[in-house]
Amino acid sequence: MTELLSLRFLHIVRRNFLVWRKLLVPSLIGNLADPLIWLLGFGLGFGAFLPKIEGVPYLAFLAAGMICYSTMYSASFEALYSAFARLAIQRTWEGMLHAPLTIGDVVLGEWVWAALKSVLSGAAILVVMYALGIVSGWQPLAALPVVLVTGLAFSGVALVVTAFAKSYDFFVYYFTLAMTPMMLLSGVFFPASGLPATARRLAEALPLLHATELARALTLGAVPVRPLVNVAVLLSYAVVGVGVAGWLIRRRLMK
Amino acid sequence: MLEVESLHKSYGTREVVRGVSFAVSPGECFGLLGPNGAGKTTTLRCCLGLTRPDSGRIRLAGNAIPQGARRARYRVGVVPQFDNLDPDFTVTENLLVFGRYFDLNRRDVRARIPQLLDFAGLTERADAGIDTLSGGMKRRLTLARALINDPIVLFMDEPTTGLDPQARHLIWSRLKSLLGAGRTLILTTHFMEEAERLCNRVAIMDRGELIALDTPRKLIETCIEPQVTEIFGEGMPAWIEETGRALAGRVEIAGETAFCYCREPDELLRAAGRHSGLRALSRAANLEDVFIKLTGRDIRD
Repeated sequence: MTELLSLRFLHIVRRNFLVWRKLLVPSLIGNLADPLIWLLGFGLGFGAFLPKIEGVPYLAFLAAGMICYSTMYSASFEALYSAFARLAIQRTWEGMLHAPLTIGDVVLGEWVWAALKSVLSGAAILVVMYALGIVSGWQPLAALPVVLVTGLAFSGVALVVTAFAKSYDFFVYYFTLAMTPMMLLSGVFFPASGLPATARRLAEALPLLHATELARALTLGAVPVRPLVNVAVLLSYAVVGVGVAGWLIRRRLMK
Repeated sequence: MLEVESLHKSYGTREVVRGVSFAVSPGECFGLLGPNGAGKTTTLRCCLGLTRPDSGRIRLAGNAIPQGARRARYRVGVVPQFDNLDPDFTVTENLLVFGRYFDLNRRDVRARIPQLLDFAGLTERADAGIDTLSGGMKRRLTLARALINDPIVLFMDEPTTGLDPQARHLIWSRLKSLLGAGRTLILTTHFMEEAERLCNRVAIMDRGELIALDTPRKLIETCIEPQVTEIFGEGMPAWIEETGRALAGRVEIAGETAFCYCREPDELLRAAGRHSGLRALSRAANLEDVFIKLTGRDIRD
């Protein structure tokens, strides 16, 4: 049990942080500039043709969704491509396992790291919302813990995908067949309430809908309708994801 | 330092390690030799707790493996078969970051780095990126990195594969100085010269089993005839059948060359000399001859 409760995973977080710091500029552009360009382009350009949605201007509606989309994208990318590079291409994990670190430490470290990195992406959108005057006061900051849990959920699921990957190409399936439909079903760009009942039920089972619901209510000053359900779904994806990923990666590496 | 007892490991129906036992004493250099697929790497992985054996008992640096593997690795250095240096870091940063994995504090790691860079001959390249290093430099850095925790035992999986002779000799001299300092070395290799130069004892593995284990000199003395005469040239096959086989103790034909193993090659050499088309070359038997005799000449893939 002491093996499980150790803080050794922080060594992995620290290593990734040091690399990230070196590659700060391209990393920031990828993780921050990209969603911002989408937000402003779509929010202002497309939003000009739209009436208020759920009582707020389209830009505000979209920005709240973008927080979660950006978090999802950032956590997934890190736990897919970057983690796979460290698993199979650069053999970084192999080196760590030659030191007194375990597969559990490595998976836990990667999980937490990808989530922390994604918090930055989600928080950046929130900062822009403050800067544009879309939000004000303290309540929107309550979205930050939601962003963290969202990051943990997507990083956990992505690590499961990574555990199966033989090459980078494999991730195209996940992006195209899982993330893109999820994005369209989960109320990021338009309210999910308008979807057909089947699609709506499917979206209920996906983490992004719950992240969006919660983050949108918190940033736009509303009272979340079912915060416990939202958090429970996100936490389930996070915990089951990292647990299954740990089991799969152990099976892959301990052979 | 390391005890391995009746180690077994299968992948599916393929048994890759079949009852391997050996022990390595402190300060010894122990070589694990064998053709590709003999089970060397799997055996090493089991010793480090990176693969779970199906059965058998392993103790490394006082710890039962795999239960105590993580604890054992505080006192172990590993040089893997393929370099896994961190390409995003410089030479110095690689050592710094790796040292932290051992829970060493930053100051202690920093203090060790100049000495390790000097050992690896990389002092000038302290701030260089990994992709600017040659293959030999990367290997030396990997070796230096494996020493960051001041290990008492070092595992090396084919430490000089892919290096040119100069780089290989440099690694050998470094390994000798580690042995001189009392560290235990456990290595796998395909290079018989490497094993003969460095190892106190070598174990030859084939198809998952240890088929010989002794000092290189003893293996040469006991496993094979002392002299090898290589005969090649026009008419070799016919000559061997008519004349050579009777004069040599044991003959193996590999491609264009006949390897004649015997105690006294003089008569064989004289007879071959009388045949104008043949060339003969006599030498003392070495570890490679032992290896080939024990594991056969077939290619293993």
